[in-house]
Amino acid sequence: MFKIVQKRVLNEFVTLMKIKAPFIANKVEAGQFIIYRVDEYGERVPLTVADRDKENGTITIIFQTVGGSTSKLAALNEGDSIQDVVGPLGTATEYDEGIKRVAVVGGGVGCAIAYPQAKKLHNMGVYVDLIAGFRNRDIVIIEDEMRAASDELHICTDDGSYGYHGFVTNKLKELIDSGVKYDMVIAIGPVAMMKLVCQVTKPYEIKTLVSLNPIMVDGTGMCGGCRVRVDGKIRYACVDGPDFDGHKVDFDELIRRNNTYKNQESAHKCRITGEVRSNA
Amino acid sequence: MPNMQQNKTPVKEQEPEVRARNFKEVTLGYTEEEAVNEAQRCLNCKNRPCTEGCPVGVKIPDFIKLLAERRFEEAYQVIRSTNSLPAVTGRVCPQERQCESRCIRGKKGEPVAIGRLERFCADYVRKHGISSIKPQSPKNGHKVAIIGAGPSGLTCAGDLSMMGYDVTVFEAFHTAGGVLMYGIPEFRLPKAIVQNEIDGLKAQGVDIETNMVIGKVLSIDEILEMGYEAIFVGSGAGLPRFMNIEGEGLVGVYSANEYLTRINLMKAYREEYDTPIMHSKNVAVVGGGNVAMDAARSAMRLGAQKVYIVYRRSVDEMPARKEEVHHAAEEGIEFLNLNNPVKIDGDENGYVKGMTVIKMELGEPDASGRRSPVEIKGSEFELDVDTVIMAIGTSPNPLLRKTTAGLEANKKGCLIVNEETMQTTKEAVYAGGDAVTGAATVILAMGAGKKAASHIDEYIRSRTN
Repeated sequence: MFKIVQKRVLNEFVTLMKIKAPFIANKVEAGQFIIYRVDEYGERVPLTVADRDKENGTITIIFQTVGGSTSKLAALNEGDSIQDVVGPLGTATEYDEGIKRVAVVGGGVGCAIAYPQAKKLHNMGVYVDLIAGFRNRDIVIIEDEMRAASDELHICTDDGSYGYHGFVTNKLKELIDSGVKYDMVIAIGPVAMMKLVCQVTKPYEIKTLVSLNPIMVDGTGMCGGCRVRVDGKIRYACVDGPDFDGHKVDFDELIRRNNTYKNQESAHKCRITGEVRSNA
Repeated sequence: MPNMQQNKTPVKEQEPEVRARNFKEVTLGYTEEEAVNEAQRCLNCKNRPCTEGCPVGVKIPDFIKLLAERRFEEAYQVIRSTNSLPAVTGRVCPQERQCESRCIRGKKGEPVAIGRLERFCADYVRKHGISSIKPQSPKNGHKVAIIGAGPSGLTCAGDLSMMGYDVTVFEAFHTAGGVLMYGIPEFRLPKAIVQNEIDGLKAQGVDIETNMVIGKVLSIDEILEMGYEAIFVGSGAGLPRFMNIEGEGLVGVYSANEYLTRINLMKAYREEYDTPIMHSKNVAVVGGGNVAMDAARSAMRLGAQKVYIVYRRSVDEMPARKEEVHHAAEEGIEFLNLNNPVKIDGDENGYVKGMTVIKMELGEPDASGRRSPVEIKGSEFELDVDTVIMAIGTSPNPLLRKTTAGLEANKKGCLIVNEETMQTTKEAVYAGGDAVTGAATVILAMGAGKKAASHIDEYIRSRTN
């Protein structure tokens, strides 16, 4: 059993939890994820780790309530326990040597996962432009944390109620066109957003890393549910990823396969797809 | 006088049309009378050829003799003295290729039903609440770690703990059992029975730590630094293979591993569990092994109207256990042998709407000694299915070899071991089961775990003396 030592409701849909998991806290790096199973009946649900505290042996997860399994988790309180938490899974993000400036692009709750990337790069001395997109001002999360982990924070809202009025892709393109030279772009958020970010960076030939969220069951290299097509080949997000070269990913196949259980979801309100992350 | 009845004493089974729609166990097992009657068929012959066919060395004629004398518990103890999981092996071993294939009685008529008798003993002990733990050697103060709580790891753990070692098993899943829990379906191997065997090992003193992915949360070297003197790696088969044909990215294409894990481990077939699964109309399962049979029979139980096995060779080459093929056919699974998928066809929304299949014929024997299938040109036809399950094998999991210096694998990715001792290329690290052989059987994995246990014991003794 894994105890919830802190719970913070970040907005109407998004919750932060600190969970006691000393073994995982000791090892987890930016880009890696855990799988939780809330109780005996629960699904195994992957969530990327947002932060860790080695000293206190805790990990932080930030998740959006999108269906039964995340609702069950969000319903737990400080002091309650989660039945199973396993990790760290996946490969930690690898950065090329000598990179000087990186744009980290997060969409919605994906910002929670973009944040540890920005933090790590920032600590490495890389100049970080963190571009964080939300639908509107009311659902902006972890602004202070993101500001501390970046050199420039560009919050974008779809409706213009806060920060830059427009999508993250517009902001990214403006920055590139204004002459900023990026050694790498990291995009984390809804699949459609990651696809669009890759379309923006492709003509400029900027290496673009995406963190994929396919359906997954075991997460350790056994079931094959998380297969994605990268450069025409089958790759497994749980052991080969979850980071991949965004310019080589077949996003359309991923979007389709992630919708596998959509029909069941509407029929049974309590069931959701086993996504790596519940992205906005 | 032995019972000279020519054939095996029949065993009761659920009726095919009933069981094809439920997940309850298919084979109901012998009653005491049936078991004794069958046990009396054993000639107790001098040469004991059956025992040579058993990877874990069960003293078959000895337990059968006790059984024939109605000394059921003692019979069980004889089995348990060399086999940590009798209730499992009695159900899933390919006896027709092992012990039973060598039985003298099989020369005229059918061999003694050794598997059914083994199962009877294990079930008898469980049903009568008899503690299945044998007296243990005194603790010797030495620690061994096992990676993976599947058949090989559990066997290795059981044997070492029997010898007095402190054994910790690290399991990646939330439940111990490995393929016995996630792979083999309830109707063939009830999970409560597997759990009972695992509880027996725990009561015997084996410590099982779940949710521990070794190679990620702890490395092999860190485990050695923690004071474990040797490690056995039984991490299992790994990632499913696909055919690399068009359409494998469509919605409705599963690996058998995923399909079966959703059903068996996550219990997607039960309403009170949250994990979803597709309830398909027509299903094609590609492959001819036990995993293919399990997937096909599971699909039928989830309510499919038609389930096909698409296998590129003929029934004679099928690697599946005979009984599974027989049960599957009885349950209405249609066998499209000598057929091979060409591509999977999708509709405008990316869902599977059919599979193009080509007919095959057998040519010359290939490296495996089986006649290799050759396409018959122009024989393609369309199979009306909405789900395709690939059960064509696995490639080893790269996790441990990638994260452990000195642990070497062959070209296929299987861990390299000294076949005499099961030691890997790294000192103090042993391995067995599918991680070494690629996908094989439960009993071969158990045999490897057993062999490794005795050599781990030898290794630790040689260091301490």
